[in-house]
Amino acid sequence: MLEFLTGFAILVGVYSVFTLGLNVHWGYTGLFNIGVAGFFALGAYTASLLVIRPPQSDQVDDYLFAGDLANRLDALPVIGALDLWFVVALAGAALVAAMVALVIGTITIRLRGDYLAIATLGIAESVRLVFLNERWLSNGSKGLYTIPRVFDGIVSPQDYDRVYLVVVLVVFALMFAVVRALVHSPWGRVLRAIREDEVTAEASGKHVFRFKLQAFVLGAVIMGIGGALYAFDLRAISPSAFTPLLGTFIIWAMLVVGGSGRLYSPVVGALIVWGIWSGSQFLPDPLGSPHVRYFSVGALVVLVLMYAPDGITPEVLRIRDRWLARWRPRRVAANE
Amino acid sequence: MASAILRVRGLVMDFGGVRAVDNCSLNVDEGSITGLIGPNGAGKTTLFNLVAGFHKPTAGRVTFRDERIDGLPSYLIFRKGIVRTFQIPRELKRMSVLENLMLVPSDQIGESMWRAVAARWLVKRQERAIEAQAREVLEFTGLSEVADLPAEGLSGGQKKLLELARTLMAKPRMVLLDEPGAGVNPTLLRRLVDGIRRAREELGITFLIIEHDMGLVMRLCDHVIVMSEGSVLTQGAPAAVQQDDRVVRAYLGD
Ligand SMILES: Nc1ncnc2c1ncn2[C@@H]1O[C@H](COP(=O)(O)OP(=O)(O)O)[C@@H](O)[C@H]1O
Ligand SMILES: [Mg+2]
Repeated sequence: MLEFLTGFAILVGVYSVFTLGLNVHWGYTGLFNIGVAGFFALGAYTASLLVIRPPQSDQVDDYLFAGDLANRLDALPVIGALDLWFVVALAGAALVAAMVALVIGTITIRLRGDYLAIATLGIAESVRLVFLNERWLSNGSKGLYTIPRVFDGIVSPQDYDRVYLVVVLVVFALMFAVVRALVHSPWGRVLRAIREDEVTAEASGKHVFRFKLQAFVLGAVIMGIGGALYAFDLRAISPSAFTPLLGTFIIWAMLVVGGSGRLYSPVVGALIVWGIWSGSQFLPDPLGSPHVRYFSVGALVVLVLMYAPDGITPEVLRIRDRWLARWRPRRVAANE
Repeated sequence: MASAILRVRGLVMDFGGVRAVDNCSLNVDEGSITGLIGPNGAGKTTLFNLVAGFHKPTAGRVTFRDERIDGLPSYLIFRKGIVRTFQIPRELKRMSVLENLMLVPSDQIGESMWRAVAARWLVKRQERAIEAQAREVLEFTGLSEVADLPAEGLSGGQKKLLELARTLMAKPRMVLLDEPGAGVNPTLLRRLVDGIRRAREELGITFLIIEHDMGLVMRLCDHVIVMSEGSVLTQGAPAAVQQDDRVVRAYLGD
């Protein structure tokens, strides 16, 4: 049971990362990215390919996998124990996601809003098809599966999940802190202005394109890092994890359920939606079958949109404040 | 004799087959309150869009303080000191009135991603200064009481005042107001007129104002330019223009 909960919490953490990225895109800036799965997959594969050699790479020149960092860095004295390859893998995932976002963004953000949507959707499918078909690189539909554990020498495999949960939470907390500082800053104010009315932002003297591109790259970087975290959790990835349903729809559901454009909604949304999604696999058929599970997530989204269009986070915060209000007087009394 | 702050020469704007602005030439004197009138569809709003950089002209020139600005992107024209409002107010709905104004100043330290995270105390200090300026502008336009409301909650007239307030936040040299008086009740209208006059006297701002209410034009403007079918029909002192037969006929649609 505890094992299940740890695994569950890790994935909630990972999905919170994707939703944090989508919140930067849609929640704060109004960028309609319907290809989250693309950045997700790019992050996961980039991170994996930096640390391992793909199973079928014998036919390929060695230099292509200059990576294989896990083995190379581990061989170094002292530094090897720090598992720096993990940091390099995350940075690589971020960098590749950033470059792809920069290219798509530069081309499409100047155009009407729908072009960005079409472009992100197209890129997500192209990325998935590349990893499905370029077998020398990604081992096709079987995917990559010898991805190493972080801190392997120090932590026993039984403890891996608990340690990795801490790793995920730390990485999430760092990115959350940066996003929080940014959205509360004048930079974030410009993003919200663009979301509300791009023309007014322009009439207020803002170089709208620059801010939209920055926000698009930032969100993509966060999603790429999420992909890397995902890869080192499952330690086996294949193109089937990055379908529009599993890689994009469910993340949109989390954002909408949590409440778009609210700081804490990624966590609230990921917890609720992933709870329903992974909890319902234990239901007897037909309730536990995939199409019913997708339907129930879809139904939840519709219900939230109808009855709590700002998402569930405001309600959660209200409950928290009620509890705080109940506890505070006692705490004050205790201090005196 | 005042010198022209804005010069428009032979300006043309085509939308597909429609020529909205047709070989339009005019000057606006520095420090003046100039009225721009003419029947619906005369091309007045399009002229604003061209001057402020929201559209690129098909042909012609725009010069501001002896510098060509036609074809420049809007945010650069804004930095040269031209700010425009919209005929239908475009407030940032889910942001407070105060935030609508604090957005406006250029060169905010915290608009750089890097400094927004790494130099937060610098940003905070500048934010305090910007907030003080915004509260001053709210006072000036009589919007202090609604400072913390979401802008979508304002009345139509208050939204027009917010448009004026947004331009003042920019510390502009020249303001283009698109029908500031339309749909505003008499009390707010008096406040608006007073605000425009004082902005000119105290801050030296030049105004170019599109307005249909001839009473308002007579009260406010030093000079009136009449547009019809995309170009200037006539211009002169408000009283003279009002009595011009051609103006009456243009409005009647001959
Ligand atoms: N963005 C646009 N696209 C196509 N036609 C436009 C656009 N803006 C204005 N027009 C046309 O240009 C003409 C002038 O419009 P406008 O400048 O709004 O006039 P006014 O402000 O004097 O009433 C009208 O015929 C209008 O339909
Ligand atoms: Mg108009």
